[in-house]
Amino acid sequence: MRAELFTRPIRRELVATWGFVARNLHLTKRYWGWELVWFVYSLTSSLAVAYIGLGTQALAGPEVDGRALTLYLLVGTLVWAYLSQIFYVISEMVAWERWEGTIEYTFMAPSSRLTHLVGTSVFAVIYGIARTLLILAAAAAFFDIPLSGADLPAAGLWLLVGSVSFVGFGILAGVMPLLFPERGVQMTNVLAALLLLVSGVYYPVEVLPAWMQALAKASPATYVIQGMREAILSGQGLEYAARPLALLALGGGGMILLGAWVFSRAERYAKRTGRLKRSG
Amino acid sequence: MYALSCDSLEKSFRKGKGKKVRALRGVGFGVYPGEVYGVLGPNGSGKSTLVRILATLLIPDGGRAQVLGHDVVREARKVRELIHRVSTEAAFFKKLSPLENLLYGARLYGVPGRRVIRRARGLLAELGIPPGRQNRPMEQLSRGQQQKVAVARALLIPPPVLLLDEPTTGLDPRSKLEVQRLVLGLREKEGTTVLLTTHDMEEADRLCDRVAILDGGRLVAEGTPLELKERVRTNGKPVSMEDVFFALTGKEWDDEG
Repeated sequence: MRAELFTRPIRRELVATWGFVARNLHLTKRYWGWELVWFVYSLTSSLAVAYIGLGTQALAGPEVDGRALTLYLLVGTLVWAYLSQIFYVISEMVAWERWEGTIEYTFMAPSSRLTHLVGTSVFAVIYGIARTLLILAAAAAFFDIPLSGADLPAAGLWLLVGSVSFVGFGILAGVMPLLFPERGVQMTNVLAALLLLVSGVYYPVEVLPAWMQALAKASPATYVIQGMREAILSGQGLEYAARPLALLALGGGGMILLGAWVFSRAERYAKRTGRLKRSG
Repeated sequence: MYALSCDSLEKSFRKGKGKKVRALRGVGFGVYPGEVYGVLGPNGSGKSTLVRILATLLIPDGGRAQVLGHDVVREARKVRELIHRVSTEAAFFKKLSPLENLLYGARLYGVPGRRVIRRARGLLAELGIPPGRQNRPMEQLSRGQQQKVAVARALLIPPPVLLLDEPTTGLDPRSKLEVQRLVLGLREKEGTTVLLTTHDMEEADRLCDRVAILDGGRLVAEGTPLELKERVRTNGKPVSMEDVFFALTGKEWDDEG
């Protein structure tokens, strides 16, 4: 009976990957009320930021191009909504399972931790894209968003490669709730806030003090947001973006490997000290 | 060969500043294939720590444990393929339905949902979760029903070794009997080896081929229920497993409160 049920090793990991994706899709469906609240919150936040562009023109006079500034802010806020979503879904996977009380069950399953992380990341990207497109569609009702001059393939590639780098960041940050059951989530929030501050989401990083600009260079979000702005607002194609994209992909891949390694060490430490336990 | 064995297992935890609690002190025993082996002990005696080590959720400080010849630390992945654990807390995604939780569990073991959906429905029905409730969120089920779903999840892909950590705690007498019947049925049909921790002395007496008693992290006695009863019997009076438990741990009911 048991033997009949099992599939080949690689297929088993693929089935398990789908298991994580399907589980999260079902949960998103079941928590639809919260999803709606969170969507309205994200949309209103994005609109509030974007209106600053028109507001600045109203305050400073016609020398400020309010429409261009609005688009600048809108691209920043939407890309950040997407990247931060990936970051939160992955970094909070342990905290979330601890809250549900399922962490020991999941960590006791025979699928590899890499499969766990990949499954969660695949869902995070699908969820992040769907959510950001919905916010974009809703925002389009408030602002004229000209996409005729945009290089959409380049923008799509920036977003895809940016996802890779944020997956690595998310895995690395996910170690904190694993090691610190009570304060880990707050730590990931601090990290996300720091990335928001230094990555040029709402302003060029050049306005930051020198030490913050150094941090900006280390944040993959800086390059993704800049690349997206160049692709959407200036129509810069892949011929300009190939090298930074390649570097970002390389860095993102390295970050995933580093994240997976650190996570496995942290899991071992948690198992030695008894920190997996539900109550912490 | 033992299906499950522990040798000089040691485990300590840090509680607060510099304070160390020794949860297991040199625990060793062996469980034969197809045996139901009970572990009894007062609260804090190390039962759950022992089960967590066997389930690869904790790494012991010393000693070793094996499942079907595989070391729980060095071959954790292989061990996970061979075991399943049902604990006191029914660990489920509360908003998902019993069926969704079971299919998620099957996929984690690499088994596609479509291969087990019929079996999952059948198991749930057998445990008294009617079809109408199988698609409702877990949070709408009673504690007893949730525990039955936990048992169904463990039986969905019958494991060679089943770790039951107080699985019937909080169940009404009828549900308790249904769960016990399933455990015995699994042993009969699949030859499953079962390690059962319980506070229920009657349950231990009824289900277990052999019983170990843990106290303060030490294994203080081991034997068949009959052997243990013989050991504490005085004046030829019949004794129960409760008498055995209190005689061998030196605890009174008041200590257990």
